[in-house]
Amino acid sequence: MDVAAAKMIGAGLACIALVGAGIGIGNVFGSYISGALRNPGAASGQFGNVLLGFALCEATGLYGLVIALIILYAS
Amino acid sequence: MAMTPMAQFEVKPLVPLHLGPYDVSFTNQAAWMFVVVGAAALFYVFAAMRRSLVPTRMQSIAELSYEFVDNMIRSVSGEAGLKFFPFVFAIFLFVLLSNFFGLIPGSFSITGQIAVTFALAFVVILTVIVTGFLVHGIGFLKLFVPKAPIYLLILLVPIEIISFFTRLISLSVRLFANMLGGHTLLKVFAAFIIALGATAVTAKPWFAPLSIAPLFFEIAVYALEFLIAFLQAYVFAILTCIYLNEALHLHEHH
Repeated sequence: MDVAAAKMIGAGLACIALVGAGIGIGNVFGSYISGALRNPGAASGQFGNVLLGFALCEATGLYGLVIALIILYAS
Repeated sequence: MAMTPMAQFEVKPLVPLHLGPYDVSFTNQAAWMFVVVGAAALFYVFAAMRRSLVPTRMQSIAELSYEFVDNMIRSVSGEAGLKFFPFVFAIFLFVLLSNFFGLIPGSFSITGQIAVTFALAFVVILTVIVTGFLVHGIGFLKLFVPKAPIYLLILLVPIEIISFFTRLISLSVRLFANMLGGHTLLKVFAAFIIALGATAVTAKPWFAPLSIAPLFFEIAVYALEFLIAFLQAYVFAILTCIYLNEALHLHEHH
């Protein structure tokens, strides 16, 4: 196989990491909303934790994206 | 070459300068760092110049950001963490303003460089280690020894040590990857708009309404990037607080 083609396929495969990030972010906000509907009084106090969880989740997917970019651009 | 989405992260020397074998040129990155630090310093000097009981808009922004970081430290590490207020505030402000200045079209995003974020994370971890040893002496090493049976410790202590030093990588790569990914996405979609628009003008006029779609997406991503810019600064600062809290209180709760 051509090296350039293999690089493209590898970069595409590395982006599968974003699946996990998507599931994670959905989980964070879904859990927050279901918790907030049960106890709306405590909801606003936990929004900082939600944002923290969102950012931590998103970062794991972006690690995969960085690997994809390294494969593509760092020769 | 200038058309690749990665061209925006290129560090270009503005004033070439060589010191022996080292390249210490004044680069566009250094220039933007001066802009960020200068803007922060100027803003806070002006905001604090005319202090009044009923704050002006500038003064209330300064006070809000001050209280925001103050609350963050208090909620994570308690009163003992307030010694580190200047440190956390400086890091928060630098990351926040670097992210925001990076969003100006045509500017250079400082935090999109792994060298910068790694240096920041290195300073944070170094502060944590030094603080831990200053507060607890050699007892700081208890941080790596969880409460577990002795035969499990053989396995757990190396894991704890590795996880402690992996923070250096996770802290720096998180910020770097977010900025890199976001800005690359913006550039990729900007290229879509131009490519579709150019096709509409030259060959296929029915492409014109199609080129509007990536424009709307670009605007939406840009708005998301503003959220991310703030969020990453917040996460960087709060993780700094959490790590400092561990150094101050080891595993016990404050």
